[in-house]
Order: sequence, then C-alpha cells, then structure tokens
Amino acid sequence: QERQSGRRRKRRRRSGDKKEKKKKHQRRRSSSSARDGREERQTKKRESSKKQREKHFKERTTERNEEEAQTSSVKATKTNKNINNEKTRKTKTAERETEKRNEKKMDKSPKTIERKESEGKNTDKSKERKKHKKSEEDKEEQEELDKEQEEVRSECLSPEELEKLKEAVDERKKLIQSLRVKPWPMKKKLVSLRESQEFVEKYEGALGKGKGRKIYAYKVIMTKKWMKFERDFENFKTTLIPWEMKIKEIESHFGSSVASYFIFLRWMYGINMILFCLTFGLVMVPEALMGRPYGSIPRKTVPRAEEASAMDFAVLWDFGGYAQYSVLFYGFYNNQRAIGWLKFRMPLSYFLVGVGTVAYSYMVVIRTMARNANESGIGDDNSFNFSWKMFTSWDYLIGNTETADNKFASITTSFKEAILEEQESRKDDNIHLTRFLRVLANFLVLCCLAGSGYLIYFVVRRSQKFALDGLENHTWWERNEVNMVMSLLGMFCPMLFDVISTLENYHPRVALQWQLGRIFALFLGNLYTFIIALMDEINLKRKEEMIVKYNITTWENSFNGTVSENSTATPISLHPADVPRGPCWETMVGQEFVRLIISDTMTTYITLLIGDFLRAVLVRFLNHCWCWDLEAGFPSYSEFDVSGNVLGLIFNQGMIWMGAFYAPCLPALNLLRLHISMYLQCWAVMCCNVPQERVFKASGSNNFYMAMLLVILFLSTLPAIYTIVTIPPSFDCGPFSGKNRMFDVIHETLESDFPVWFSKVFSYASNPGLVLPFILLMVLAIYYLQSTSKNYKEANVKLKKKLQMQNEENKKKNKRAALKAQMDLEEARKASSQQKHVSPRRHYYSKNGRNPAPPVGDRSLRRSAPRTYQHVNPGPPGYLPGLPRQSETRMHRVPSLQRH
Amino acid sequence: MGTTASQLGKELLSEYQELTFLTKQEILLAHKRFSELLTKDEKDLPNTKVSMERILTLPELKSNPFRKRICHVFSTSEQKDGSLTFENFLDLLSAFSDSATLEIKSHYAFRIFDFDDDGTLDRGDLEKLVNCLTGETDDTRLTPEEMRQLIDNILEESDIDRDGTVNLSEFQHVISRSPDFVSSFKIVL
Repeated sequence: QERQSGRRRKRRRRSGDKKEKKKKHQRRRSSSSARDGREERQTKKRESSKKQREKHFKERTTERNEEEAQTSSVKATKTNKNINNEKTRKTKTAERETEKRNEKKMDKSPKTIERKESEGKNTDKSKERKKHKKSEEDKEEQEELDKEQEEVRSECLSPEELEKLKEAVDERKKLIQSLRVKPWPMKKKLVSLRESQEFVEKYEGALGKGKGRKIYAYKVIMTKKWMKFERDFENFKTTLIPWEMKIKEIESHFGSSVASYFIFLRWMYGINMILFCLTFGLVMVPEALMGRPYGSIPRKTVPRAEEASAMDFAVLWDFGGYAQYSVLFYGFYNNQRAIGWLKFRMPLSYFLVGVGTVAYSYMVVIRTMARNANESGIGDDNSFNFSWKMFTSWDYLIGNTETADNKFASITTSFKEAILEEQESRKDDNIHLTRFLRVLANFLVLCCLAGSGYLIYFVVRRSQKFALDGLENHTWWERNEVNMVMSLLGMFCPMLFDVISTLENYHPRVALQWQLGRIFALFLGNLYTFIIALMDEINLKRKEEMIVKYNITTWENSFNGTVSENSTATPISLHPADVPRGPCWETMVGQEFVRLIISDTMTTYITLLIGDFLRAVLVRFLNHCWCWDLEAGFPSYSEFDVSGNVLGLIFNQGMIWMGAFYAPCLPALNLLRLHISMYLQCWAVMCCNVPQERVFKASGSNNFYMAMLLVILFLSTLPAIYTIVTIPPSFDCGPFSGKNRMFDVIHETLESDFPVWFSKVFSYASNPGLVLPFILLMVLAIYYLQSTSKNYKEANVKLKKKLQMQNEENKKKNKRAALKAQMDLEEARKASSQQKHVSPRRHYYSKNGRNPAPPVGDRSLRRSAPRTYQHVNPGPPGYLPGLPRQSETRMHRVPSLQRH
Repeated sequence: MGTTASQLGKELLSEYQELTFLTKQEILLAHKRFSELLTKDEKDLPNTKVSMERILTLPELKSNPFRKRICHVFSTSEQKDGSLTFENFLDLLSAFSDSATLEIKSHYAFRIFDFDDDGTLDRGDLEKLVNCLTGETDDTRLTPEEMRQLIDNILEESDIDRDGTVNLSEFQHVISRSPDFVSSFKIVL
C-alpha cells in the first residue's frame, strides 16, 4: 500500500513537472496546460483511478444521465472524466477483474475509505447536493495537485527528472502501441492516441538536452520512419499473398473448412515453388545453357530407330521422343564434372538438389506441424468439451444462408450427441452385432485393398510384356492401362469404402477418420505395388543393360582390332544417333512417374468437370421436365469433399517427391497442375457445389493432414533413397554414369575440390565409431524431452486442479464471511428500533458486491444458501437500506470478495 | 476508389491503421462498403450513423445468428438501437480481423454472448446462446430437458468459482484453450 501511494505521488509529480516546464507562470485552472496535465495524469493514473470510477459507477448508475449532462456542462477538465465514465459503462465487464484487484489494494488507503464514506453519505442527499459535493471533490483534487506541483516547482530539472520525463514519454509510446489491443470504442482510442502523440512530440525534443540530443532526435525520427515503413511493408505483403480474395470469397460462402483446403493448396503451391526454383535454377537451366548441346553425344540424341516418330504428338504426350532426350529427364545429363565457363559442378549439383528438395520438404512439414501443435495448444484435452461447442462452434465467416442452415443443424446434432454421450457413457445394446459388422466391414475393406493391389501388379506386369513387344503394336488402352487402372481405382474404391462404412455405425467423426485411413491405405498400397513392379522392371532393364554393355565392349574391341590392322584409315566417326546404348532405367522411372502425374491430373480434372459441373448443369436444367425433384432428390448437387481432395493433393505430392530425382521436370509440372487446380476448383466450388451438410472444423484436422503428409513424405523418399543407395547408375546416361554408386559424387568432390584435411575430417566424422554414439545421443535427447513434456503435462493437470480447489476454497471463505457479516447486520437490525422493510433485491445487490443480477431463476445451490437464510430471518420490515449501515457492510464485504 | 481515399484523409487513415488490426486496403474497402450503405446526402456528413437494419443487409452479417448482438456491442449510439458509425464499423472489423489477438476477440465474444449486458453469462444468456446456435426452426431446437442438461454441463466445465455464472475471466480461460476459436471468430469483407 505504501508503495502504491508512493508511486501515485511520483506520477503526479512527474505530470506536474511537465506542466511546470511548459508554462510556469500560468494558473492551472484556467490554462490549457492544466487540462493537459490533468488529462495526462488521468490517463497515467488510469489504473489507480479505476477504483474511483468503479465507485462512481456504482453510486451513480441511476443518475447517469443527469450526471453526464452535468459533466459535459462543467469544465474542460471534466470531459475526460465523462469519457472515463462512459468507458466504465462500456467496458465494465472487461475490467471488472482488474478493477477489483485495484480496488482491493486501494481500499485500505485511509483516504479512499474516507471518500467512500463521504460518498456513502451522499447517496441519500439530493442531486444538487451531490453535484456540489462532486465539484468539491474535484476542487480538492486540484488543490492536492497544486500542492504537489508547488513542491515540484521548487526543484529544477535534474537528471533524475529528465529520466522520469523520459520514462513518461516511453510510457506514452507504449500506450500508443498497445492501443489497438484495447477493447475501447474508436472515439476513445482516437482521443487518447492524439493526446499521447501530442505529448510525445512535445516532450521528446526536450529530452535530449545535453550532448545526446541530436542523436536522440535522429533516433526518434528514424523509429518513426521505420514504423511507417514497416506498416507499408505489411500492407504490401498482404497484397502479395496470392489468391487471398478468392479464398476469402469461398470462406464467406462455405465456411472455414472448405477454405482450409484452398489454403492447404496454396501452401502446397508455395512448397512446390521452392522445389521448382531449386531444380530449375540449379539443374535444368545450367545444363541447358552450359552443358553440351543436343545431338553432341549419344545420350543427348534421339536414337536412329525412334527418329521418325520422335516429334509425333502421341509420343511426346507419353514423354518419349524429343521429350525423353531433353533436360526434363535424368538420362540427358552428362557426367562431365564441371561445365561451362563457370565450372559448374553439374553432377554434384544434381545430387545435392535431389537431397535438398527432400530435406527442405521435411523441414517445412515438420515446422508447420510444430507450429500447428503450438497454436492448438492443449487441443486434445476434453475438459471443455461442452463449452467449446457452445462458445466456439459458430463460424463467423459463414455468409451464405444455406451454409448457415447446415451449420445450425450440425451444431444441434453435435449438442444432442454430446448430451447423449454424457447421459449414457456407453450403451452396449447388441454389441455383438456391431462388432461383427465392424469386423466384416474391415474384412471387406481388406479384400478391396488386396484386390486393387493385385490388379495393379497384374497390370504393370502385363504392360511390361507389352513394352517388350514394342508399344506400337498395341492400342491406346493397352499402353495406358497402368495409369488408368490406378486412377480408376482411386476414384471408385473410396465410394466402395463409403458404402462399407455404413455397416460400422461409427460416430461421424470417427467414421471420417476411418474412411481417410482406408483411402490412405489404398493409395499407399497402390503406390507401393507400382513401385515394386517398377523395381522388377528396373532389374529387367539392368539385365538388358549388361548385355548391351557386353556387346558394346566386344564391338569396340573388334572395331579397335580393325583399326589397328589398317592404320591408314582414320577412325570412323559414328553419328551419335547410331551409337548403341543401354536402356536407361532412371529415365524410365522418371517417365513412369511423369505419366502417372499426368493421368492423375487428367482424371482429377475430368471428374471435376463431369462429376460436378455436368451434374450441376443437368440437375439445374432438367429439373423442369423431370418426374421428381432433382435438386432435392437423388442426384442433387455435389458437395465439396474436403478430405478426399486433401488426400489427393497429398498423394500427388508424394509422387512428386518420389519421382523428382529421376525427372527434374516434375516440380514444374506439379506447379502447373496446382496452378490450374486452384482456378478450376475455385470456379467449380463457387458455381456447382453446395455447402457440406456435415460441416467439420478445419483446424482440428489440420495436423491430421500434416501428419499424413509427413508419412507420405517419409514413405516416398524411402524408395528413392533405396534406389540411389543400392542400385548402380546406368553406365551411359545421367550425371552419375561411370560411377559405382550415385553418392560417389560426394567423395569425388571431397577428394578433388577440398583440401586434404577436410576430407580427412569428413572421413573421421562418418566413421561408425562416431556416428553411432551420436545417434545414441540423439535418441537419449528425444527420450529426455519426451519425459519432460510428459511431466509438464502432469504438472499442468495438477495445477489446474489446484486452481479449481483454491477457487472453491476462496468462494467458501467469502460465503462464510458474507454470512457472518449478514448475521451481524441482522443482529444490529434487531437491536435497532427502526421498523422498515428490506427488499431482498437490495440485499442481493449488496451481497454480490458487483452488478445486480436478477435474483430470479434457479441459480446454483450455493447461491441459494444465504438467501434462504434471508427468508428465514427476514429482519425487521421497513429497514431503510441506504444508510451508513449498508455502506458499512459493503466495505466489509468488498475486499473479501475481491480476494480471488 | 480515389475519392474514398481522399475522403478518409491521410492522417486519419494512418491513425486508423495504428488503432486497428486492419491494413490500409482493408480500411479503404471497409470505407467503400460502408459508404455504399449511406444515402447520397448522408455521405457528405461526417460520422453518420447507419441503422442496424441497413448494417444487417451486408451479406457478411446476414446469416449470422448473432448479428443483432454484434451491432449492439459495437454501437456507441445513445439510443441503444445498434446503429453504427464508420468508426464503430472499423472497431467491429478490427475485432473480427485475422490478426486480432485472442484477448480482444474473446473480450468481444463475451460481450456478444452476454445478452442482457450484465457482465456475466448466466443461465438466461446461455439459453439464448444455445437458441441462437441451433437456429430458428423447431426441428433443430433442443427440448427443455436437453437445454437444462447442456447448460448444467457447460457450467460444470467453465464455471470455475461455482457462482452459477460464467464471468469474463472464466470465459477467456475456456476460450484460450480452444483450438479453433481464433480461426472461426473472423469476419472479412
């Protein structure tokens, strides 16, 4: 308390000091400086004056209008108070807690009590009297101020004072910065902003009187400029965010869950942009600009046999012909160590970019996951299940009546479900049937998965046979069988799963997760069957390559033999197109992935056009001449399937990660695809989809999707890494040709481009003796962190319990105190001879210590306890409530209530 | 748009930026949308109020069950009719903007939910809130029994001091743990 009043005095002195500096000779009351100072003081003393305001507020709730009229008519000094009063009314709820705390602190100061008493006396006096009293009070305050300023005036500007002034200015600045987080109406904010800005401007210059003045002024100007720049930059940044308006439009029509898909799509686009920049800038462009031109060496030339059809559209569409022998694929790159005048280390760059894309993706995904986890905090704790449903379930972004209706329905269902769940924790009627059905459903799903896996394997093997026969002899279907089958499976199996999942009778949210999990398993299974089949093919190609290699060596030997025989003939220069070459399996893998992506994209777009657009058109226009209502009945309009689309996106990304090493063009293709998707899907959603019936929250599943992405990332990098590490590269194509393994390029660089000691250090570091302990250390660190986090969680729960217990304890204490005070009051009443009635409402008011809440309705049991006491002991009727006794009780009680 | 920009004034614009969570573009857009609600002769007057009915014609607020409460909370008019000036409107948009803090959002959410303006959420408030959330139609309404149970559960969870009402600090405590309050308590023009 001592400290508090001391601080107050200090503040006052500070304010007086400023005033004094400004205009020493003028009378405060009449001058603007007085107003300035007073206002300033008022704002600074806001915390301490809150208590006062609260009191005013309590006393004057009934006479506010008169008072406001009065305050406005009084002096300029009063306007501030008026605003404060208004603010009290507006933000009383917000500041109640802090106010109470303040009040508690301040209550003990004798002055306050005195004032309180005087005001308590005031209540029964006439309004005029009150006004008078109030102005008197103001006068008193002013006189107090005067006195303090007199004190200050005698001092001169010492460094301490300067320091204080500086402090005040800083405080003002802080206020300016924190204004926007204050829940005040704009008018008030504007007033205080202008005031404080004026203040800061006025006194900032005076601050740096001595040597540091110029620097200080410079600093001030620079901070101002910097702030302006920052704001402009912020504005600029928001205009740069692509598709912001589109997404916001969708958000306002369909709510945040559909918009979350588009935000995810945009995020994906960002990642792919980076991947594209890496591969394009560091691999494709250097090779195209500085590498050997097309046709210079065999690997960069279309073979003679394919030359005729190399420019056909069908071939190009399949990424054969000229497309195959270009920078788009692995095989085109040369194993020359350094290319061009920059001495660009092409193979090294190729390898590092491949590793870098994966590393970057890992980093981004994990960072995003961590951030999401941070944002959601302790999202999975169920302690506020109902309250969250109540307070946070409405999506304020919804601006479409239909969506709003769906949302109403879904909220109602969720309420009802929650109540049911609460009522009967587990209703186990016919649990055997449910179990049986669930097992059956899972069995069916497994069959589906196995069937689709086998189908893909079968198709891939068949296509290999076709490929051996030569693709030209087969129809279009036979050539594109693999991709088509995969796309079709991806399209129809989820529907099948949906049908099967109706057997299971799960809660919709759980059902959705099962569904997602199954689709995930399907896609993953398909992808992996595809990869396994691809591995078979790689092995085939490698066998073929061995034969070719053997042939070439024998051919070369025989050729050399002939050359040595007649040395007069110049060595015959073969055209690169005629040189026999091995089947480049890396390019083949790249091609497969590119084809897969293309066909996947096509099916996505076509289903979008047929399934959504055509359906919408048919439903819309055939509705007039159809025998049932198409819009409400069977086909109706399609919903936007957020989870399915997200999954599709994730898998697409997985294929990119898998294939990007062998086909550097994949990120570029994906970028194109995402770009088109963005526009196409935005359009499709706005024109032919209806809002979802079951509106799910987006943020809850955000990390679920992210986790899937991470799993896919891991699973898709596995095969890529496996091939890189275990299979030797082709001998005559790609940047690593001639090496035993692809990663040998690192060794090579270390040995030839770095000093000896570096490679030595590196070899030591990669020694298993060092790596193993390191891994062990990391595992230990993970274990440690996990156990600490578990401890924190436990501590959190304990603290929460403690808080609750303490609150209850406090409440009990308060109740007891209140009861006791009331007993005293009753006794005093009995003793008193006055026979007047006490209205229960008035009682309630006083007991509550805060605003009057209507005492009707069924309040909690605890609340009713003292009230029954009231009824049992009604007290002498006709007791005059507003007299000192009453105010006394309030004074007793208020501090006790405020304790918690 | 050039005229609206000049109408607002550079000083005021930068002050608004300082005081709200809105960017320059958003303030200008808000001004444009707001002046569309005004009639011709009202446009020339500064600080005109727009009645609640006209504010509610905005598509962003049209289907919000709390639209009237929102207007009342942000209105500073003395007649308590929920009419908004441009500054009130900016306050509204700022509180509902992307970058507003959880604290300010929960503060305003509390005031929106506090139907009788008494500073606490009591049973009456909660009941009205449930009715707002479940919509007007009869088939979505909860039965009285369900309502009672629901409100009991909510008070059980969030009423930490057990006084039968949810006050601001309890409300903020609950809200601050919610994973999707900040993302859904948004209105964009």
